[in-house]
Amino acid sequence: MLQTHEISPEQIETEKLYQGMGLSDSEFEMVKTILGRLPNFTETGIFSVMWSEHCSYKTSKPLLKKFPTKAPHVLQGPGEGAGIIDIGDNQAVVFKIESHNHPSAVEPYQGAATGVGGIIRDVFSMGARPIALMNSLRFGNLTTDRVKYLFSEVVNGIAGYGNCVGVPTVGGEVQFDDSYEDNPLVNAMCIGLINHDDIQNGIAAGIGNTVIYAGAPTGRDGIHGATFASDDLADDAAKDRPAVQVGDPFMEKLLIEACLEVIHSDALVGMQDMGAAGLTSSASEMASKAGTGMHMNLDLVPQREENMSAYELMLSESQERMLLVVKKGREQEIIEVFERYGLSAVAVGHVIEEKVFRITQNGEVKAEIPVDALAEEAPVYHLPSQEAKYYQEFQKIGNKLLKVANYGGVLKQLLQQPTIASKEWVYDQYDSMVQTNTVTGPGSDAAVVRIKGTNKSLAITTDCNSRYIYLDPETGGKIAVAEAARNIVCSGARPLGLTDGLNFGNPTNPEVFWQMEKSVEGMSAACLALGTPVISGNVSLYNQSKGKAIFPTPIVGMVGLHESTDHITPSFFQEAGDLVYMIGETRPEFGGSELQNVLEGRYQGKAPAIDLEVEAKRQNQLLHAIQQGLVNSAHDLAEGGLGVALAESLFADSLLGADIQVAGDATVELFSETQSRFLVSVKVEQQEAFEKVVEDAIAIGVVTADGKLTIRNKDDIILSEEVEELVNLWKGAIPCLLK
Amino acid sequence: MKFAVIVFPGSNCDHDMYHAVKEILGEEVDLVWYQNSNLENYDGILLPGGFSYGDYLRSGAVAATSDVMNQVKVHATKGKPVLGVCNGFQILTEAGLLPGALMRNKKLSFMCHQEELLVENNETMFTSGYGKGEIVRFPIAHGEGNYYCDPETLSSLKANNQILFTYQNNPNGSVENIAGIINKEGNVLGMMPHPERAVEALLGSNDGLKLFQSIVKNWRESYYVTNA
Repeated sequence: MLQTHEISPEQIETEKLYQGMGLSDSEFEMVKTILGRLPNFTETGIFSVMWSEHCSYKTSKPLLKKFPTKAPHVLQGPGEGAGIIDIGDNQAVVFKIESHNHPSAVEPYQGAATGVGGIIRDVFSMGARPIALMNSLRFGNLTTDRVKYLFSEVVNGIAGYGNCVGVPTVGGEVQFDDSYEDNPLVNAMCIGLINHDDIQNGIAAGIGNTVIYAGAPTGRDGIHGATFASDDLADDAAKDRPAVQVGDPFMEKLLIEACLEVIHSDALVGMQDMGAAGLTSSASEMASKAGTGMHMNLDLVPQREENMSAYELMLSESQERMLLVVKKGREQEIIEVFERYGLSAVAVGHVIEEKVFRITQNGEVKAEIPVDALAEEAPVYHLPSQEAKYYQEFQKIGNKLLKVANYGGVLKQLLQQPTIASKEWVYDQYDSMVQTNTVTGPGSDAAVVRIKGTNKSLAITTDCNSRYIYLDPETGGKIAVAEAARNIVCSGARPLGLTDGLNFGNPTNPEVFWQMEKSVEGMSAACLALGTPVISGNVSLYNQSKGKAIFPTPIVGMVGLHESTDHITPSFFQEAGDLVYMIGETRPEFGGSELQNVLEGRYQGKAPAIDLEVEAKRQNQLLHAIQQGLVNSAHDLAEGGLGVALAESLFADSLLGADIQVAGDATVELFSETQSRFLVSVKVEQQEAFEKVVEDAIAIGVVTADGKLTIRNKDDIILSEEVEELVNLWKGAIPCLLK
Repeated sequence: MKFAVIVFPGSNCDHDMYHAVKEILGEEVDLVWYQNSNLENYDGILLPGGFSYGDYLRSGAVAATSDVMNQVKVHATKGKPVLGVCNGFQILTEAGLLPGALMRNKKLSFMCHQEELLVENNETMFTSGYGKGEIVRFPIAHGEGNYYCDPETLSSLKANNQILFTYQNNPNGSVENIAGIINKEGNVLGMMPHPERAVEALLGSNDGLKLFQSIVKNWRESYYVTNA
């Protein structure tokens, strides 16, 4: 257990107590140099959370610099609560993804719930109204009671928070693999809408201005949560449960409304949520950004429990709290807004000229730290990187051919793989429609949310195939971005930008760091090729338990824009008689594929290759075809290849079927996971126009009205299945595994 | 016709209701905060969905005791229309304006999707625009929508044709598939499905629009009768 009672500075040094808080010996020396003295207990705690990976990105910063972050339409890149992209008409979209992996491993309901709450606060603290939530989840295979419990409670926690707070959960993805068994991933993304003039900055400007604390009182929950998130998950992690926070979505809902009301007041100077490292990070970051200092009197901070120490107050991660800087003399008008919503808001300090962060309690100075020391001067590490041993072996194996005999049987097996199977059991528990903007809800390539008062809509997706990244981090990184963009384009939208949720193992392992480095390089290359800058993100490291790291999982959350809602394109076939096309050729690529998992029970060999120029060309051509009204449906080819994509295109509530002709090796044609491919349907009368726009389109068949999926190879029918049976298997798989 | 959408702390379908009435139905509507409100000048009261008071204690229980609900009761006794959707329905039962109670869904989890409803009674101010026996599609989004009432209440609901909507595929365990009921006087409707989420084809269904249009049409007719 972390000690939280008062200990002398000398004792901290001689007994090396700072190590237990997460500071290394050299970092402690840095602290001593910065302060010119020994830090006291509270100060040591403050440095340790602010310099944790979670707050300082000290090991990932050199990598994050590689991401392209600028473009003419980017109004705010990484660094603030969330990134902002211009969408015209004086409006902008605000979004960010954040992980809550370790808390969810220990207390899945609250871990997931507070993950949702935290990301919503990041978005409305920018002044934006949260309009949609997404989430990206990873669990072990649903074979043990523990994994089933983690899975259902995480979903329950997301539902419990998101439903109550009134922000629709419009989509997301869930994948399963043994590497996540003890260390599930819970990444939540929030999307907000804002008028340009309402954009807030979290700055503490104006000497003498008042610092106001609003929202829930501070308790002893989540103390040292950021440090807990920056270490390997211990076998006895349950003892860290006090490091997990408890959420109150009702309080958050009130906080959203009150904060979005006060942003219209010119009395407000800056606003920031208290997330990781609570009061410490919000206060010091606001002052550091403004080039000011801050004095805070802890006696004035609303407290849920008695006799809380300065250490506890500064490090608590109690939820639903905001810090505001307000013009001196105008505090009351801001406080009244919060009071109308039944929330407490109190002045706790003021902005000072001296660039220090000074905390007093009972008339005593409890901490005095130069503000830049915490945010700006955190150590940065350039960790050693070493190509993983398995990589060359996998490259040598190359593209091993797989062969199946019973195509229908294998298709049915694939449709029941939890990663491919319907996630209806999950998303039915989420209110996906509140705010009445959801045009396309969960279950499609991308969710679509219209923007009221305009003819535009947003497409949103989260994606990451970590199996490819494991096999080949650079290629896999490219694929992660490309696949997210494919999802956006299939819905008829132009990709605008992305937020990244980088989830990896312990970075001090050179092979893990190599995975990070290579996947970031791959992602960056794809961002450049596809014109999608990174505008925000989150890094979650130390995702490993029992010495085994998770598959490298840099999740991509991408947003796109439909200039007109007429461009919104479904992923399901629409009408019998439509022509079915596949865009792109198929090569024998089974490394990391679902077929490989089903047949061999492991992933090995080469990841599918990707040519970013070809990818960009096909995406552009498909988007043009959609914008010209030439496409009736579009779906990207992903896990399970063409076979699964064909089945999924028939899983709407219609009685359609498809009659498809494949040439060559049918196993390759149906189940290879070659990249940069799409499945589209086109009206017969649009055939000529469509083929003119989309160069690499290959006609493969026709949509039928017989409710059957028929696949022919030359003159033979190699697969003939009732769609209804396929749907039932696909929908039933996850509920069945949970029984 | 002028509507009030009552906003409690934690209401979250208030803006949706407002949007449906103002932008799609094209009638006058105000968002009315639950404190210091005056409902006298409104013709119709809409209690929106959401999680008033975070569903603490019981869903709808705290909001039901608020002062504004006394005004809603006065409004109701005048025969003016009151519509409570989802949490609004829960508040109406907690406030005693409608009989029965809404328990946790049979499957215990929250559920959100489109459901087919059968219009059981089209001779009310809320449903006159529908055909009797018409099947409509409305979204549901609730964790506690499992309607229950005792057998005597159920027979009286039936005898007075107070059941307006029933589920075609009962999703939550409601007694007799009940999705929405009115009071005996016929001017207070509570329902779990969301008509305000079903007013635009772009979002999947516009079957709910007729419900709002029925309210307006019947109000206009009675208004002209009483004020002619």
